[in-house]
Amino acid sequence: MANVLVAMSGGVDSAVAAALLVEAGHDVTGVHLKLADVPLAEQVPGQGCCTLDDAQDARRAAQVLGIDFYVWDMADLFRREVQQPFADAYVAGLTPNPCVTCNEKVKYAALHERAMALGFDAVATGHHARIWERDGERVLVRGIDRAKDQSYVLYMATADQLATTMLPVGEHTKDEVRRIAADRGLRMAAKPDSYDVCFIPSGDTAAYLRERVSADPGPIVDLDGRRLGEHAGTWQYTIGQRRGLGLGTHERRFVVDVDPASATVIVGPRDALACEWAQLGDPTWIAGRPPGEGDLTAQVRAHGRPVPATIDGDVVHFGEPVHGVACGQSVVLYDGEVCLGGGRVAAADRPALPISA
Amino acid sequence: MNSVYFDHAASAPLRPEARDCLDEWFARTGNPSATHAAGRLVRTAVEEAREQVAECLGARPADIVFTSGGTESDNLGVKGLAEAATPGRTHVVTSAVEHPAVRESVRWLGEHGHEVTEVAPRPDGVVPVEVVLAAVRDDTALVSVMAANNEIGAVNDVAAIGMALRERGVPFHTDAVQAVATLGVDVRRWPCDALSLSAHKFGGPQGVGIAYLRSGVPIAPVQHGGGQDRGVRSGTMAAALIAAAGAALVAAVADRDDLHGRLEGHRKLLVDRLGEVEGIRVNGPSDPDRRLASHLHLSIDGVTPDALGLGLDRAGLHASSASACVSGAGKASHVVEACGIDGDAALRLSMGTTTTEDEVEAAASILTDVVSRLRAGESVVQPPSGGPRGQVVA
Repeated sequence: MANVLVAMSGGVDSAVAAALLVEAGHDVTGVHLKLADVPLAEQVPGQGCCTLDDAQDARRAAQVLGIDFYVWDMADLFRREVQQPFADAYVAGLTPNPCVTCNEKVKYAALHERAMALGFDAVATGHHARIWERDGERVLVRGIDRAKDQSYVLYMATADQLATTMLPVGEHTKDEVRRIAADRGLRMAAKPDSYDVCFIPSGDTAAYLRERVSADPGPIVDLDGRRLGEHAGTWQYTIGQRRGLGLGTHERRFVVDVDPASATVIVGPRDALACEWAQLGDPTWIAGRPPGEGDLTAQVRAHGRPVPATIDGDVVHFGEPVHGVACGQSVVLYDGEVCLGGGRVAAADRPALPISA
Repeated sequence: MNSVYFDHAASAPLRPEARDCLDEWFARTGNPSATHAAGRLVRTAVEEAREQVAECLGARPADIVFTSGGTESDNLGVKGLAEAATPGRTHVVTSAVEHPAVRESVRWLGEHGHEVTEVAPRPDGVVPVEVVLAAVRDDTALVSVMAANNEIGAVNDVAAIGMALRERGVPFHTDAVQAVATLGVDVRRWPCDALSLSAHKFGGPQGVGIAYLRSGVPIAPVQHGGGQDRGVRSGTMAAALIAAAGAALVAAVADRDDLHGRLEGHRKLLVDRLGEVEGIRVNGPSDPDRRLASHLHLSIDGVTPDALGLGLDRAGLHASSASACVSGAGKASHVVEACGIDGDAALRLSMGTTTTEDEVEAAASILTDVVSRLRAGESVVQPPSGGPRGQVVA
């Protein structure tokens, strides 16, 4: 029986997380974090996050479950730690993952601190992942529903944080979660999952950035340096991108590199994206120590297919070429189902082109 | 665990007289505008209430219009006066500490052809008469200044403002929503053209308000429809709610002096108790004639607003750490900012008819305890008696 603070986004996963904890007999308090400060006129119900509808959904779920409920406005912190760095990363030619940053700086760090300071025993979220105890240590494990597994965005948690975290939903498939919600009269049972970046409800990242970053035109060139076209800003392109190049050619071309310093976008065939290794800047390991020499798997996207990998110092060697590894992206290592940790790519090598951050 | 309610300014307990009216009139069926006997019967409730309210305010029944609450009354008073003003008059004067219902109505006017001057309060929240009058121009269509501030409890000299503006022929609206529970509100002493009240602040039900709209002063309707109330406020007259509002106001006026005296005593006790805690400051005017006896606004250092809110709630002290806003998150209030009030967190304790001395002691004790725990990094979530920290099972 613990005092648990559940972060309730208004979505079905966190509502069911709260429900499961209540049924397990814990003293549950729900909190809706106002993170993305999307003006009312731009909010799209069902898209993005932290809309007024989401706050209302979370509030209603708390009422149905009979738990205390508060709304905490962390929009300033979120803007400073997640939104601003998101735009800054693109300008610097990096590819950010704001969900990782949010968990690292807001949902884990800030919320955890507040909860512990208030005297809660644990923080719970609706993330699809699991926490097990193994040899006296807490380990982060993939959620049972592989298609929905969110361990990737939680890789930067420390063992101490995991010791005071509860992830009730990871033991259930998404279908089960929706069934649980429906059974308990939670109206978000049928609410669709949101896939967009939570503070870009329209899903149009380019438009979002255009409003915040000044145009910086330059050439689009191929691997031989031949000029193929123009772009309005390197920040509109991410490595591996195929669409939106505006080159009007029948060849399949991908963004292979962006160089903000020279305002150049380099494109090439898919093979040019093949990456053999990635160097991680400042990796974090849940167990507090780097993984050993054994066979691991690496995942470079939130829902990417893991590939065999080994690690040597801070360099991850991929067992098979990985296409589209961008600096700023997180590489997360797994030992079977156990998430070991990882880090953001500082440098990645490809046969075609040496690239560094 | 027993809770103590110190948020009367947000909503006050329903008086028995009001409850009796609801019981009586909810049992009847009829639209007060219908001409048949059933309609005429429930209409009686409305007109009796209108007379009651008029008498309480020193007004004539023809000056009283019923609305859905204080916000609607403010909208009607502000937009209604401004939009019906003499052509060419498009300037509006208001204060920086008005309730959002006035503030946002004025903002709307500013976006629809009006020019707005917002005057600053003193640091104690009082809006100085001379500052208001200095802002008035020949093309001023409306002045709106509240009688008493809902957060800080500062009381303005509405009589002086009203008299000066009446002399200059400038329409004057005052939001008296917070004032009426403990202060005499009489339009003969406060010359004004519109005045707003909200029933659930003085023991009536939620969902009904009063707009004093001086007869003969042009008012543009805000809500259009069947023209039910004096042609200026359309919508079915809610007979039971209106009856209850009238009865509540009569009861409130009757025990107002007594209530004022009791609350002054409670307030002094609270101030004495909290004066013993370091880093807690009392805001607002120190002159008892310039502040509401019901309100105590505090600045508290060493705690964050969210933590204070949760800790007090957990301990059973119901008070307002920020005006209830749209999403429910606490934000710095425009009133606190306008007054230049500092402090890590702000708290409003507001008292009313049911507040007892025991409750006051309990509130002081809870606040002292929660603040000290938060400052010491101790739990405000665990029961005070301690016990082992809960086990977290992965």
